[in-house]
Amino acid sequence: MRIETTNGAGGAPRKLKVATVSLAGCFGCHMSFLDIDERLLPLLELVEFDRSPITDIKHCGPCDIGLIEGGVCNAENVHVLREFRANCKVLIALGACAVNGGLPAQRNHLELADILQEVYRTGHGLAEGSRIPDDPELPLPLNQVHPVHEVVRIDYFLPGCPPSGDAIWTFLTQLIEGKDPSLGHGLLHYD
Amino acid sequence: MNDSFLLDGEDIPFTPGQTVMQAAAAAGKYIPHLCWHPDFAAHGSCKLCTVKIGGRFATSCTVRAAAGQEVENRTEELDAKRRTLLQLLFVEGNHFCPSCEKSGDCALQATAYEMGMLTPHFDHFYPDRPVDASHPDVLLDFNRCILCELCVRASRDVDGKNVFALAGRGTRSHLVVNSDTGRLADTDFAATDRAAAVCPVGVILKKRVGFAVPIGLRTYDRKPISAGMGADDKAGAGIGEAG
Repeated sequence: MRIETTNGAGGAPRKLKVATVSLAGCFGCHMSFLDIDERLLPLLELVEFDRSPITDIKHCGPCDIGLIEGGVCNAENVHVLREFRANCKVLIALGACAVNGGLPAQRNHLELADILQEVYRTGHGLAEGSRIPDDPELPLPLNQVHPVHEVVRIDYFLPGCPPSGDAIWTFLTQLIEGKDPSLGHGLLHYD
Repeated sequence: MNDSFLLDGEDIPFTPGQTVMQAAAAAGKYIPHLCWHPDFAAHGSCKLCTVKIGGRFATSCTVRAAAGQEVENRTEELDAKRRTLLQLLFVEGNHFCPSCEKSGDCALQATAYEMGMLTPHFDHFYPDRPVDASHPDVLLDFNRCILCELCVRASRDVDGKNVFALAGRGTRSHLVVNSDTGRLADTDFAATDRAAAVCPVGVILKKRVGFAVPIGLRTYDRKPISAGMGADDKAGAGIGEAG
């Protein structure tokens, strides 16, 4: 899937709409995104942000590019991911957790009930009467953490924990130029 | 003695008895591989080194070089198949590179970089594989095992100890330790064994040296795995016998 950067045939260039979100991630990929530093300024000549921690917009509207950081660990993550898929022409898994579950998925070989019991009931240093949180506003955790491609179709993957600012810059500029992004040695990392 | 074959259109000399892989390695040409090592008999199990010889698929570590062979190696078709094999390996184990001491020195990771693998693609197994930290000098993290049997071969053929073996069948295949308890501490395994230094991934790890070389300055941080065969790979090329 390539990006259309003009308004129809022969139209003037338009700004691309970009949405970003962190699901079961640590915001490290967003921090790395900011590591493109002053290149943010030329990027902002080409794109405008829809839903993103940068704008604090709460729901994703129709967008050209969606960047998903983090895997899927609870019911809310699934809803948000599906909203992004429904609205973004090109959806990108950004970083190790979105690509393969990453650190949160390290709980996957354990039973969810056992984890909650240990963390909130039987672990060390808990307050008297500590109990498993059950506020109805809290999204229910999933039994396992999943990479985003196990839930929706993903167009591109940018691995790394986090991918470096240079990798994100290279990837995005190639994509915006209508090319299939490719990272060479030194930019492609899983760690 | 001056026989040669074509590897991606390039003349590669070989001596009779050499495999395609051995001749390519001696010539400094990279054929992707994980279970092959120049010092050990070919195993032919990882299939990463599959090439096309005269249009037919063959594992280059087990096929003897012959004059006039036309061998395809780094074609998009073959690299795509290699990428799929790598993806299968990644989802079968728990390959969480950010927490792995071997990251940057790992042949699985570097080969996946070389093949341009951006996603594991398949659904993850997330198997439960407890680590064995019983040995005073060596940690075993089974999460990362790719069943190449290099440790099995090294321990059996070089160290003469038979510390490792594969057990189980199919997707249940797994690495086991040869002691009554199944723990490494209850074997005669030593950190100086050849088997302690042969693991291409992060299963057999010497303790207390994991970050002696910092991330970013490691083997495959400095150059891709294809940038000439490593000194290791060239050293024994031509010595080992096809399996």
